[in-house]
Amino acid sequence: MKYFTRMKIRRVYEWSGKPRSFNRRLKTYDYDSFAISVEGLSKIIINTGQDIFIEGCDEDNPYVAKVTRLYGDENGQQMKAVVQWFIRVSELPVNKLKLLGREPHPQEIFYYECRNCDNEVNVESILRPVKVKHLDSNDPFPDSADKDTLYVKLSWDSKVFRVVNSTVVESPAEPAPASSPPSCLKPSLPMSPSCSQSAATPRGPSRRVLPTPDHAIMHKASLGEVGCSSVGTPANVEAESLHSATKLSASKCLSAKRRNATARTPGVRKRLELSSPEKSVTGEEVLSQLLNEELESKVTLTRRPPPSPAHPLRVTHSLTPLRKAHRPTGAQCGVPLKSSSVFLNKWPLSDSESPLSPAKDDSTRATQKKELETIKEPVLSVLAEVENEKSPMVTETPRSSKRKSAMLVSSRIKKQLNLLENHQDPNSSGEEEDEFVPSKNDLLSSSEEEGQDEDGPNIDDQVSAKKFRYVATGSRNSRSKQKSYSSARTQRRTPAKKISPGTPQTPRHATPSIPIRSLQTQQPANILEEARARLHVSSVPESLPCREQEFQDIYSFVESKIVDNTGGCMYISGVPGTGKTATVHEVIRCLQHAADMDEIPSFHFIEINGMKMTDPHQAYVQILQKLTGQKATPDHAAVLLEKRFSNLAPRKETIVLLVDELDLLWTRKQNVMYNLFEWPARRHARLVVLTIANTMDLPERIMINRVASRLGLTRMSFQPYSFKQLQEIIMSRLNKLKAFEEDALQLVSRKVAALSGDARRCLDICRRATEICEHSAADPSSTGLVGMSHVMEALNEMFSSAYITAIRCASTQEQLFLRAVITEFRRLGLEEATFQQVFVQHQALCRIEGLKPIGVSEGLAVCQRLGACRLLLLEPSHLGVLQRIRLNVSQDDIFYALKAD
Amino acid sequence: VKLTIGFTQVQQILRERFCERRLPDRLEGVEAQYKHLLELLRRTAIHGESNSVLIVGPRGAGKTTLLQCVLRDLQKEEKVQKNLLQVHLNGLLQTDDRIALKEITRQLHLENVVGDKVFGSFAENLAFLLEALKKGNRSSSCPVLFVLDEFDLFAHHKNQTLLYNLFDVSQSAQAPIAVVGVTCRLDVLELLEKRVKSRFSHRQIHLLSSLNFTQYLERVWTQLSLPDSFPDKKFAQEWNAGVKTLCEDKSVEEVLQRHFNSSKDFRSLHMLLMLCLSRVSVAKPTIKPADLLEASRMCFADTTANMLHGLSILELCLVIAMKHLNDVYEGEPFNLQMVHNEFKKFLHRKSNSMYNFEQPVVMKAFEHLQQLELIRPVDGSSAKVQREYQLMRLTLDHSQIMEALQKYPQCPTDIKQWAMSAFG
Repeated sequence: MKYFTRMKIRRVYEWSGKPRSFNRRLKTYDYDSFAISVEGLSKIIINTGQDIFIEGCDEDNPYVAKVTRLYGDENGQQMKAVVQWFIRVSELPVNKLKLLGREPHPQEIFYYECRNCDNEVNVESILRPVKVKHLDSNDPFPDSADKDTLYVKLSWDSKVFRVVNSTVVESPAEPAPASSPPSCLKPSLPMSPSCSQSAATPRGPSRRVLPTPDHAIMHKASLGEVGCSSVGTPANVEAESLHSATKLSASKCLSAKRRNATARTPGVRKRLELSSPEKSVTGEEVLSQLLNEELESKVTLTRRPPPSPAHPLRVTHSLTPLRKAHRPTGAQCGVPLKSSSVFLNKWPLSDSESPLSPAKDDSTRATQKKELETIKEPVLSVLAEVENEKSPMVTETPRSSKRKSAMLVSSRIKKQLNLLENHQDPNSSGEEEDEFVPSKNDLLSSSEEEGQDEDGPNIDDQVSAKKFRYVATGSRNSRSKQKSYSSARTQRRTPAKKISPGTPQTPRHATPSIPIRSLQTQQPANILEEARARLHVSSVPESLPCREQEFQDIYSFVESKIVDNTGGCMYISGVPGTGKTATVHEVIRCLQHAADMDEIPSFHFIEINGMKMTDPHQAYVQILQKLTGQKATPDHAAVLLEKRFSNLAPRKETIVLLVDELDLLWTRKQNVMYNLFEWPARRHARLVVLTIANTMDLPERIMINRVASRLGLTRMSFQPYSFKQLQEIIMSRLNKLKAFEEDALQLVSRKVAALSGDARRCLDICRRATEICEHSAADPSSTGLVGMSHVMEALNEMFSSAYITAIRCASTQEQLFLRAVITEFRRLGLEEATFQQVFVQHQALCRIEGLKPIGVSEGLAVCQRLGACRLLLLEPSHLGVLQRIRLNVSQDDIFYALKAD
Repeated sequence: VKLTIGFTQVQQILRERFCERRLPDRLEGVEAQYKHLLELLRRTAIHGESNSVLIVGPRGAGKTTLLQCVLRDLQKEEKVQKNLLQVHLNGLLQTDDRIALKEITRQLHLENVVGDKVFGSFAENLAFLLEALKKGNRSSSCPVLFVLDEFDLFAHHKNQTLLYNLFDVSQSAQAPIAVVGVTCRLDVLELLEKRVKSRFSHRQIHLLSSLNFTQYLERVWTQLSLPDSFPDKKFAQEWNAGVKTLCEDKSVEEVLQRHFNSSKDFRSLHMLLMLCLSRVSVAKPTIKPADLLEASRMCFADTTANMLHGLSILELCLVIAMKHLNDVYEGEPFNLQMVHNEFKKFLHRKSNSMYNFEQPVVMKAFEHLQQLELIRPVDGSSAKVQREYQLMRLTLDHSQIMEALQKYPQCPTDIKQWAMSAFG
């Protein structure tokens, strides 16, 4: 019950300041702001225009909204806020997510533009302010450590995503300094795609989202951020890096920096954009995939230094090294940093214009001494790094911490699983190729990644350096080195496509799919094949004939519930094959169409089937998964659903839940059924439950009173099809295709209607009849149409029992044994006898028939064979001669079968 | 040497045939069924049409052989070869849906399989498989053939979840699948739950052999004769001639008639021929009628009667006493005390070769009979009853006892007479 305890923080809400205006008609006072005071904590002041969290059903993901107006009534009893909602990824219907066309960022939210939701909330439901940033739709998500910042790119009006204007989203006013977490700083600078050469690689949670960042996007993304930081003054940067050592968010530092920089040196930025020919992709993504969670708070910026040596390069990018200077020992960093940290990864210059580039590389190494060394000779620095690489264990161990062991373990798992055939990440494969010992590579790169805590070396640099050593050992002058470096780079990329190691694909991420067929399916070649394809039960008919009334009833029921925003239950019964599920699906299809046409509010359709789950309680799991996409245990899912359906959630769509094969959800306490019927009755649930089962009186028979009562009396029963209806169904499926004779169709439908009224049966017989017709096509008398004889044959095949044929085909002794059984039954006057008794009769019959009497063992074998076919019902065979025998066919059938012989 | 090689080859060819290790090139007597099944599966593979079918027939009727032959011939077709995934399940191995699901996922090499292990819980596996099948469609996914051997056992799984889902997929626009059930139960449809039954297409292929004795004889002949492809032509000719004379022999015909009367299935015939074949060697180049008679005798031997030969005289006496008790009390159960009394009566009246035994010795003999399951305690008589008074039943037929006595080595004549006398 931990879900409820966390809510028990007492908050006090009061208006701050005087009312701004008074609405006479409504008698309400408008306010500018109010204050939330939490016990033991400082006051938080919320202004209009500020983004806030609003209490929702999920504590970890409260609703997000922006305050647009605050007002209260005359006596100050009620405090209301009018808000503009944002919708989280998790609140979106799962099936709509694909409209997005990409993986959503976990911190992404959408500007919610649906009209039909209530935008007035009680002020008491407001939790705290939140930062919402607007991003251009093409921008990648910045890597903020801070989970409290949310990003808006698109708006959502329950049908489509649209690009949203930044002015709509951004809060107009900066929060007052008193309010504890400062609201967002707007990153929306005027951005041009090529305004910077540096690229930011998203880290942490966004990793999965953007596995291989597009290079063009990367450029846009990084825009001012790093490029500007590189032009800041040394002092400025130093101050900021000091900040970053404290718990302040790195992204904030950067954006502040950026603003300063852009304000001051617009010209520089222009110049920078001229030389950005190289793409930049970091190669460690795959490796760190395993460390997702732990890396969440990291931001790594890979950047290309500006070409001009005149700039104070070294200082600007030594943001991390400076921070490192505050640390006395490496061991101190054994504890992973909670605060976010920024790393600058730089690419070495591919053009030899800037001799300082190696120095930059090493500056991230952070030791002054080394820096001095490397300034002298670029190649040396590279080599030095390689040297460093050679002993990663020694250098990295003290600060390796848990992360490293995790890395070790995961690399071991990876090897054991032997799943190196993943084609997904070309970068990692390149790295793996470079290394001669793959396991060591894992270690190296992991330690490199950790090493970035202080050093922030660019892995690609090191890798390429290594590469250089392996590949271009011969050439040793600096120019050829540059060349070979770039050639090494290209080489590094090419094999990446061929070789496919990478992350072990854990079954967790397995996608359920059946292999694709290698050859195309053949299209039906003649009329009979065409007819067969159309008559297959699986083919979806254009319309559902003969269920118009039921369709109408269900349609109006569901439609009214959706329009009224209420909930309700309906129980649908009918024998198998009467089109219950098909009709409901058709209704939903029509409603969905109507919703798309904006005739009714949109809704969310979920289907579960009692037969398609292993246990009744799995129903919760499946509903939750289809609703929100999250996985949970049955108990947890029940709690979450309970909360979801009982809480007020102004933006919820109506949910239409189809529960097929309801009787299988029966449990002893019936709590699954109880909940399913209880939720629609809740005030805020907006849940419509359609249940389907076979028996009409299921509610009375298996449900306890409180469940049956909640199910209500909205019932509908599907009658078995009459022969006319069956005929119509076949006709409509055939759709004027002339494949059957009229009489033949009538015979099928009459026969099936008399037996069960099961449309599936009817279609199957017709299909079989077309096959028989096809086989007898060689017969000159055939018309090519399916005639009476074919249908008769199909009917016989499907409906006649095989017992009589089986008896006729049995061996002589088996037939004799059956006769002996009947004789013994007659003698005893019972329908049961032991083998011993029957065997005596059998011996006698053998003598009458002039056959040599058989032994007991053989007699038992005969008896067992008949028992295996279920012509006889037997007791377990270990009883031997004592086992009792019954007939599974009527005596008349046996006589009939044997007489005809 | 040449002869030896010839015999090794004969043994090899015929043994493969009799042990059903090699599929026959051509099926006899089931051409219609073969065509039906082949067409059905071909349509699934080529047109992506979902189907379900049951192959029903008594044990040894060739159900699996039929299916295997169809699959073999289907695989020969270019269009089918790469287009059909197969999943083979057996009701005796996959005893519940959990195991069956894992096996299906493993055989389909779905993505939640790593190596040979299937990850995830039962519920997850089911959801995963259904999701996988649902994602497919008729034109693009590879058809899957599900072969469910001992189909009737799958019907005993809880809720018939697996069958429902397989049949449901076969009746809806999902990945094309063909479900082939193989069973010997004629009443298999009655086992299916009504919803499952409705989803099953009701196609049944019955394999009920209606062959008569001439066809049977012919079958024996073809089974024993060597193919034309045999390397040593002369040897093959000689062998085939030998087989022909064998089949024309009167006594052989009699033996085969008896076998035919008892059962028409070929598995028992193969057993008989196998026994004959094992007697063939270089020194004894053909199968003689006597070999067949001997083999037949072995096949029809009564197993329990044979067991009586190993009993001691005391145990045999107890069995005879039980037989008399059965005669007197018309099959009512007896206990040790009654049997012992009956035995003592016999000793008093006419025994000259037997002496009375102590109670513990008789008890020991009685327990031995129980261990051999020649007698069986009556159901419901619990262990509370003292052992001497526990009620028992004899699981032997009188004919078996008399037969055993005839053959019992050095059986005292008075005991024989006692057994044959009408009243103890």
